[in-house]
Amino acid sequence: MIASEVRALFAVASRPEIVSLAGGMPAVDALPMEAVAATVAEVVTRRGAQALQYGSAQGDPDLRARICDVMALEGITDAHPDSVVVTAGSQQALDLLTRVFVDPGDVVLTEGPTYVTAINTFAAYQARIVHVPMDDDGLVPDGLAQMLRRLAAEGARVKLLYTVPTFQNPGGITLTAQRRAEVVEICRRAGVLVVEDNPYGLLSFTGEPGRAIRADAPDDVVYLGSFSKTLAPGMRVGWALAPPAVTARLVLAAESAILSQSMFTQLSVEHYLATQPWAEQLKGLRELYRERRDAMLDALAASMPVGARWTRPDGGFFVWLTLPGGVDTKAMLPRAIAARVAYVPGVGFYADGSGRSSMRLSYCYPPAERVRDGVERLAQVITAELRLRDTFRS
Amino acid sequence: MTDLGRVLILAGGLSPEREVSLRSGGRLRDALTGIGVEAELADVDAATLPALAADPPQVVFPVLHGISGEDGTIREVLDLYGLPYVGAVPPACRVAFDKATAKAAVAAAGIATPEAVTLPREAFHDLGASTLIERIVARLGLPLVVKPRAGGSAFGVSRVGDAGEVAEALMGCFGYHDWAIVERAVDGVEIAVGVVDTGEGPVALPAVEIEPRAGDYDYAARYTAGATNFYTPARLDEAILRAAARTAITAHQVLGLRDLSRTDMIVGADGIPRFLEVNVAPGLTETSTWPMGLQAAGLDLAVVCRDLAARAQRRGDAGV
Repeated sequence: MIASEVRALFAVASRPEIVSLAGGMPAVDALPMEAVAATVAEVVTRRGAQALQYGSAQGDPDLRARICDVMALEGITDAHPDSVVVTAGSQQALDLLTRVFVDPGDVVLTEGPTYVTAINTFAAYQARIVHVPMDDDGLVPDGLAQMLRRLAAEGARVKLLYTVPTFQNPGGITLTAQRRAEVVEICRRAGVLVVEDNPYGLLSFTGEPGRAIRADAPDDVVYLGSFSKTLAPGMRVGWALAPPAVTARLVLAAESAILSQSMFTQLSVEHYLATQPWAEQLKGLRELYRERRDAMLDALAASMPVGARWTRPDGGFFVWLTLPGGVDTKAMLPRAIAARVAYVPGVGFYADGSGRSSMRLSYCYPPAERVRDGVERLAQVITAELRLRDTFRS
Repeated sequence: MTDLGRVLILAGGLSPEREVSLRSGGRLRDALTGIGVEAELADVDAATLPALAADPPQVVFPVLHGISGEDGTIREVLDLYGLPYVGAVPPACRVAFDKATAKAAVAAAGIATPEAVTLPREAFHDLGASTLIERIVARLGLPLVVKPRAGGSAFGVSRVGDAGEVAEALMGCFGYHDWAIVERAVDGVEIAVGVVDTGEGPVALPAVEIEPRAGDYDYAARYTAGATNFYTPARLDEAILRAAARTAITAHQVLGLRDLSRTDMIVGADGIPRFLEVNVAPGLTETSTWPMGLQAAGLDLAVVCRDLAARAQRRGDAGV
């Protein structure tokens, strides 16, 4: 591993003295811990022999059936448990998919900006990552079509379109319903598989969850889901829902990677969903995150300098802030850490060095008051940075 | 000899060098406990002082790097609590940690150091950045090294070969400190010379030559295993090595340091070791040069650090 200045600064950001608007950590302290403890105890006492044994590479059948019920909340009503592969968080599903589909030099299309760890995964398999233009309504279909034409002319092999279409990480924006259909159609014509990564879809602040892309395109989309944001990331339980031919290949890849998923955490999640008022708890989580989102948006409106732009998410964890005046958010990070506030510089969310003047802000973990405090500290840092830029520009 | 009591290693903190410090502290704890010393590692935070008051150790070994660790702050606090510690006293730390002041002090003692200009951010704002940069380049020439007036691990340090890059380098530097040192870059061999004093006067350790495999000796080159080639002793003439040892000892003495230090130098084509900076709490990680110097001298890190702690404890017992 290469030591890096940014990683060293994040080591400081993990300290409680720092208001961290950096990490996308779910508010697990909102979980009813006694209920979690009781669930785990019951799994061990009642099904210990199964929970502590090897399982299948595809995952526990009862959990897969339960996952189908969860996906129905976002309009996926035709999913069969046989088409679900349980993975160690959706991150492993992404890794397996990339291993199965992507050869060195193949193109993977992503939003720009996109989820930083997806970039790392694609890069690890030596994919060529190409960003597709995005605006406040998500991926731009015309831009996607144009990009595909250009890549076809180059003779590039485009394998996947990776998208986080709902409350995107890091942008916080959501692909509109009309564009979802257009994106799928464009990819279908180009023979490109759509990977819909949807960890935040159930965390909507505006009522019922939206409709997943996969709900209307079962043959063209591999859907990735996760309990990391709606239950607990420490469980490491996610999944992929794929067309049957893809499912079989994912199961084989999973088997060679880790033989079987943890039965202990799978049964714990399944039992928790079966016995706890999870849907009610989700409402509580949505309310919690909405309050923190509001705190961040209010503080941004009150304190950001003229020319700063930011997104206004309707769900999920993140706001994407873009600064004026040629500010380099990576260069500014040490000053922010010294002011006891942290964020993630935007450049990490691109594979091509873009995003220098942007940053991702997370409101999911600190309480609302800390979020406000953090944004105010950040505003002071930005003001000083703009002055510094001004000094050296003149 | 005093029976060495419990050693509390202070590490971590909120400096950008937190991670490095924790690695240094962890390695020191393992080394000391490995030879039977009772040693604990504490990450410095708001709970540290109540813990020190409630259960004071016999001696403290600070391995905090950067601001508050090496600028004298933590040692001033330890003095307040009457706790003996390894290393220099606060006034000496303050002088050593300030690279501009340390350069001036060692230069006054006849040690060569690259010519430099030290200016605060406000000067560029109030007087005009482009005019000042133009003047600096005219005075010092190119290439230049731009670095924060205080701090370690090469945070905020840039080498620039073009006048057009100086502004960007200064902006990066001001992310870590409000003052910048713009120094004439000397092409040559970079070396680090450790100094240790377990009671019989300061002794220079063999010089460690630093040769990054690519680019500059930046943060990644310092702390990524295999990114830098180290040669101990440095591949330099005996006369140069002796001069480097003298430089390290002189810096240690002129700056009033105690127990241990590390002086970083560059040896140009003329064979003169030039002082760059001195560290009062040198890194103790696997890729740090002070332990490499110890090893090359046939000394054991654990034994030397135990002896330094015992010496500090004796000072405490004697009320020094």
